[in-house]
Amino acid sequence: MTDHDKEHDHARTFQPDHPEPTSDAARVGLALRELLIEAGHYSAEEEQEVIAAMQGASPENGGRIVARAWTDAAYKERLLGDGASAIRELGFELEPYEFTVMENTNSVHNVIVCTLCSCYPRALLGMSPAWYKSKEYRSRVVREPRSVLAEFGVELSDDIDVRVHDSTAELRYMILPQRPAGTDDWSEEKLAALITRDSLVGTQRKLSI
Amino acid sequence: MSTPLFSVGQQVRIADRTPPVHHRVPAYAKGQVGVIERVCKLHGEPEKFIRGDGKPAQRLYRVRIPQSGLWQGYDGTAGDDLDIEIFEHWLEPTE
Repeated sequence: MTDHDKEHDHARTFQPDHPEPTSDAARVGLALRELLIEAGHYSAEEEQEVIAAMQGASPENGGRIVARAWTDAAYKERLLGDGASAIRELGFELEPYEFTVMENTNSVHNVIVCTLCSCYPRALLGMSPAWYKSKEYRSRVVREPRSVLAEFGVELSDDIDVRVHDSTAELRYMILPQRPAGTDDWSEEKLAALITRDSLVGTQRKLSI
Repeated sequence: MSTPLFSVGQQVRIADRTPPVHHRVPAYAKGQVGVIERVCKLHGEPEKFIRGDGKPAQRLYRVRIPQSGLWQGYDGTAGDDLDIEIFEHWLEPTE
């Protein structure tokens, strides 16, 4: 065994998880990750764990949370009061972000955007859709939310106010959609299956049963 | 620093300035008046974070601004509004 082998620390060896980069920006990003890992700021295993956790996250997690809130009034109150603690009860974690849930009502429709970049509760809901990251959505939904929502098929009458949440700092948002009529005797599991990604972002209002 | 300077319902103005560093106040919100919707936790201040000092030492708030005040000719209801996260050092009392 050579000295080199003895010193070899697998945790500090960068091996790409992704295809070869095709743009200069991607090459710079890859080089930076390689340097951070070599310098020991975090390990390659830690990076893989984070990627795996994000890939395992999906809107289904949001569906579980919403279904619990629909069927348990005390849970719903805790969820709206302190989202981070309430989702921890179900085994979800979004630290260091302040997870925050906004409730749709008969008189208010909520919609989420990040005008500065594309902040999204990825560790909970998975990767955000391409439109959420598009410049068009980010610039227009703050200025003309009703037009943008109409393009998503959400037609709002004048007795419903629109509330836009611009995710500019350390909070991460999810919408609590309204429970559809005719689901009173549904199980939590069956309810959870109704919830869509877009209803959690606010670009869908009515859930179809 | 741990006692919030502003309370829920208080009217505030978002500072209109453009420091030559990374900051997280979009141009459309600068100089706007709104009310504190909620007092959030302490977080790392972006302007310092970019210089390597990201300790959570700055109070964050959510500020609610009426849409009709944000955009000229806004097409919606008088009740439409926008909530935005703003750090304490960007907020000024209106009185």
